[in-house]
Amino acid sequence: MADKFISLEGIAKRYPAPGGTTTIFENLWLAMNRGEFTCVIGHSGCGKTTVLNILAGLDQPSEGTVIVDNLAIEGPSLDRAVIFQGHSLLPWRTVMGNVAYAVSSKWRRWNAAQVRAQAQKFIDLVGLTGSEHKRPSELSGGMKQRVGIARALSIQPKMMLMDEPFSALDALTRGTLQDEVRRICQETGQTTFMITHDVDEAIYLADRIVLMTNGPGAVMAEVVENPLPKSRVRIDIHKHPLYYAVRNHIIDFLVMRSRTFVEQTPGFDPRKVPVVRPGVDAPPMPPDSTVVRLASHAH
Amino acid sequence: MTRRSLNLRAALVSVLIFAAFIGAWHLATRGIGAVQQMDPEYAKLMGATATQGKSAMPGPLDVGAKLWEHLRRPFYDNGPNDKGLGIQIAYSIARVAIGYFLAIAVAIPIGFMIGMSPLMNKALDPFIQVLKPISPLAWMPLALYTIKDSGLSAIFVIFICSLWPMMINTAFGVSAVRKEWLNVARTLEVGTLRRAFTVILPAAAPTIVTGMRISIGIAWLVIVAAEMLVGGTGIGYFVWNEWNNLSITNVINAILLIGLVGMVLDQILARAARLVTFPE
Ligand SMILES: Nc1ncnc2c1ncn2[C@@H]1O[C@H](COP(=O)(O)OP(=O)(O)OP(=O)(O)O)[C@@H](O)[C@H]1O
Ligand SMILES: [Mg+2]
Repeated sequence: MADKFISLEGIAKRYPAPGGTTTIFENLWLAMNRGEFTCVIGHSGCGKTTVLNILAGLDQPSEGTVIVDNLAIEGPSLDRAVIFQGHSLLPWRTVMGNVAYAVSSKWRRWNAAQVRAQAQKFIDLVGLTGSEHKRPSELSGGMKQRVGIARALSIQPKMMLMDEPFSALDALTRGTLQDEVRRICQETGQTTFMITHDVDEAIYLADRIVLMTNGPGAVMAEVVENPLPKSRVRIDIHKHPLYYAVRNHIIDFLVMRSRTFVEQTPGFDPRKVPVVRPGVDAPPMPPDSTVVRLASHAH
Repeated sequence: MTRRSLNLRAALVSVLIFAAFIGAWHLATRGIGAVQQMDPEYAKLMGATATQGKSAMPGPLDVGAKLWEHLRRPFYDNGPNDKGLGIQIAYSIARVAIGYFLAIAVAIPIGFMIGMSPLMNKALDPFIQVLKPISPLAWMPLALYTIKDSGLSAIFVIFICSLWPMMINTAFGVSAVRKEWLNVARTLEVGTLRRAFTVILPAAAPTIVTGMRISIGIAWLVIVAAEMLVGGTGIGYFVWNEWNNLSITNVINAILLIGLVGMVLDQILARAARLVTFPE
């Protein structure tokens, strides 16, 4: 943890509910290094978007703080660009208009030509050259998502926050965009926090994969360190000897352990989330689920 | 192809309905009444109705002839009780325009405030709920008493009746702006004023223009009644004056003109609505 860039410090989110409050999650601790690509995987409704919104400054945690660059965040910032779960382009603006809006928000003194040049650079980068004057309604889902990426990158943020950016896309477009995002992140050394439901996507893109348990009362159960080499390419990633070890570990978590993790791990310290490297370290001893289940029945 | 033939057939049906209406009107107002024998002096007083069996209701040909007269001399001015139809309608349009633009200037900023601030929304809601259902003409005596000018009072009535639909629609449009779009502005650290103009205004514009369209319709309905009350000038006054002159021909012409102008005003706003709507 030489260059801790962002850390979640004991954040919680609670909502009022009939007869008290529901705790979506509490006591989340997570640190991210500069230039690192972190993916979060967890079942629907466990609070991933909420965590991302708190990181973005769009939502306030009920407890705890988020530290970025040694400062507690106070609301949204141009340093942290967000790619939203829906593409959320402004439908009355063209592709160029949407990207230029972000650029001119960041550099308010720039003249129109400077803004256009910067916007054009990032429209070209995501491969939308020639579609500058189309409106979002005239674009395909993949193209809209690319505009969202161009808009986020164009302000040259210190960090990118992506909420299931590719989940609405077909497999082919998704693959292409994954390649592009990976290339861009490596070239620019972006620190990236991404939510996904797609295990293969996480393994391909992420340096570290955070596994979240089901809510309510979700916790970050494990941080899976990706043992695959940085130089991995999508085509033959599944041929890597460690690929299935990682994949099976994550899927096993999602299918078997995410629901019962909290009960099965008494004394779990949320401040010291275990880091695992499936296939490299000795496999973590699976808790004897039969015994625990019987024990919980006895309650 | 099919679309075009549909339009063509619709136009054909419209023409047929129009022809049937005019035909029925003509037949119904033809001279069929009994002709009475009477003293020529008295007959002169009674007019053509009694002497030639002509219906008191003008036929389409009478109205057409009168319309032609008006169209040839729309802007003549022979004193307070005899002005061209063009002048009268121009007065009405001017009053509507002034009252309406004043209402825009007041309703849209207040609507923005209500839409953006839940506090103001709650605080102003009772006033709006009580003021909105008041017939605009009910304000007339109060306006006449305080403003002491009939023309200005008519403008005030237009102002007050145009206010509510625009204010309510603006508030609704502003408060219903999609959260994602506001979040885009927030993550870009866009200031309040710039956000109002670059995100909220374009997002709420279709709803706002719908309110403006409702308002112009109401304003045009109300101006006729208002001018009948205050008198002097305007198409409403013209209608009332011609009724007092028992010139049903002129009344019918005025009605026709009121409808046409109302349609044009509505179409202008419809076009504005098309300009600001965005496909999603
Ligand atoms: N305003 C709110 N009031 C009450 N509960 C809320 C509110 N907003 C979100 N929640 C709850 O918080 C939980 C987490 O929501 P969140 O959107 O973060 O889930 P998510 O992990 O992103 O799910 P998905 O994978 O489906 O996007 C959900 O169970 C949701 O019901
Ligand atoms: Mg989500």
